[in-house]
Amino acid sequence: MRIPLLRIAYCRSGDKGDTANIGVIALEERYYPILVREVTAERVKAFFGSRVKGRVERYELPNLGALNFVLYEALGGGGTVSLRLDAQAKTLGAALLRMEIHVDEHELAG
Amino acid sequence: MIRIANGQGFWGDWLEAPVRLIEQGPIDYLTLDYLAEVTMSILQKQKLRDPNLGYAHDFPPLIGRLAERIRERGVKVIANAGGVNPMACAREVRRLAPGLRVAVVLGDDVFPRIDELLAAGCEMRNLDTGEPLARVRDRVLSANAYLGAFPLAAALDTGADVVISGRCADAALALAPMIHRFGWREDDWDLLAAGTVAGHIIECGAQATGGNSQPDWSSIPDLANIGYPIVEAELDGTFVVTKHPGTGGRVDVRTVKEQIVYEIGDPRRYITPDVIADFTSIRIEQAGEDRVRISGVRGAPRTDTLKVSITYSAGWKSVGTLVYSWPQALEKARCADGIIRERLRRLGLEFEVIETQFVGVDACHGPAAAPCNDPPEVELRIGVRAADRETVERFTREIVPLVLSGPPSATGYGEGRPPVREVVAFWPALIPRDRVRPSVEVIG
Repeated sequence: MRIPLLRIAYCRSGDKGDTANIGVIALEERYYPILVREVTAERVKAFFGSRVKGRVERYELPNLGALNFVLYEALGGGGTVSLRLDAQAKTLGAALLRMEIHVDEHELAG
Repeated sequence: MIRIANGQGFWGDWLEAPVRLIEQGPIDYLTLDYLAEVTMSILQKQKLRDPNLGYAHDFPPLIGRLAERIRERGVKVIANAGGVNPMACAREVRRLAPGLRVAVVLGDDVFPRIDELLAAGCEMRNLDTGEPLARVRDRVLSANAYLGAFPLAAALDTGADVVISGRCADAALALAPMIHRFGWREDDWDLLAAGTVAGHIIECGAQATGGNSQPDWSSIPDLANIGYPIVEAELDGTFVVTKHPGTGGRVDVRTVKEQIVYEIGDPRRYITPDVIADFTSIRIEQAGEDRVRISGVRGAPRTDTLKVSITYSAGWKSVGTLVYSWPQALEKARCADGIIRERLRRLGLEFEVIETQFVGVDACHGPAAAPCNDPPEVELRIGVRAADRETVERFTREIVPLVLSGPPSATGYGEGRPPVREVVAFWPALIPRDRVRPSVEVIG
């Protein structure tokens, strides 16, 4: 079935210049393999579309049940240069929680 | 065990937080982080106008207010409040808190030495774009190397009550007292990495204790009374993250993980002036109510370079807004955007960029936003950037006229023309570590 990422994960996002950083953390440790399988760098890049001009990198933190995404050229110049409302990427993590992922029902059962 | 608290995540954070950290329970060290990346350039401009300015001016009155309790309880304060003028900051602290010993860490400011560094072959290429600094040399406003924790620890070794630095790594503020008290050495990589992780967790203040926390956010108790983070650090590099009893917020594995992954880039190589910390080695467990234990942190030898935070003048900008109401609020805002752009074009003005966003529709999330159907109101947000001030000034006069000469039901123009601001851009670069020589000076 298809569910929004919100069901199994939470995010915190921030910036370094024109680069956005999104940490994605599994709400329960058993959801981490779903994150690894479903939330790929390619899908994150596609999800944000024209917002992210550069590449997207993914790093794994199995010890925390978390992934970290680095999105280049994502903030309209970043910091003080950017004209955007959210030049510091504070809300990009929340945006990602809408992304739809595929899970089997048994994967969600405790 | 020593208790290290952070009472300021950025300049402008809650003024009461440091006071409450000292008054509401035991702490040994109070760290305060004032310097965002572009704060240095703002302070540089203030110093150019007045050689006695250029530091976080909230800090000396705060220390004046806390002086008696700092002495009573033996709390030591470590703050990067010095900005580009740590000596002036220290003199003002001494004036408002004459009973306290103050030590200053110097040596981060490489602005006066830029040409010397360029001549010596340090190109200071932009870490994001690869361009050499020479391209913007004549527009550089400030240049500060990120210092590590050892100069701060040396300042604590002098017996100072208050340690003031300029630019230093945020996490170094909390690592310094561990080096000072536990005698950690410059090649104790795992210990330095552990202290760096502790510093990273508390450097953004209440973001570690339930502030800006997404999961189940509405259940987090008493945010009005939120407790700022405290690290209980042990000699062996393990530590507990907590907050004072009776304060609001929450410290659990979820809130602490959330801060651990904040702005870290490659988690295996979290590079600071002191060490390269491996965030994939962190072990995390709940150790009681509002207590989270961290252990297992591993580190690798520090790099032979230091990051330099350079700022330069990059033109002018302004952002204006107008609010359109239902019905067809978004269509009206889009139409108004087109009219403004057409009028600017006919004026023959040249902008580096014109950016339009529709607040209430997709300003935060762009193409990832949920679809919305005829919202009650939409804010048109249109901004421009240009090399010269006059061009941007002219733009600011093109917003309010739309109220009478554009689509119907526009409001929210009460502030009149939007302000024009200078764009101060950030240029991150590296220089050889041995080019920077930190020093400590005791005042009074």
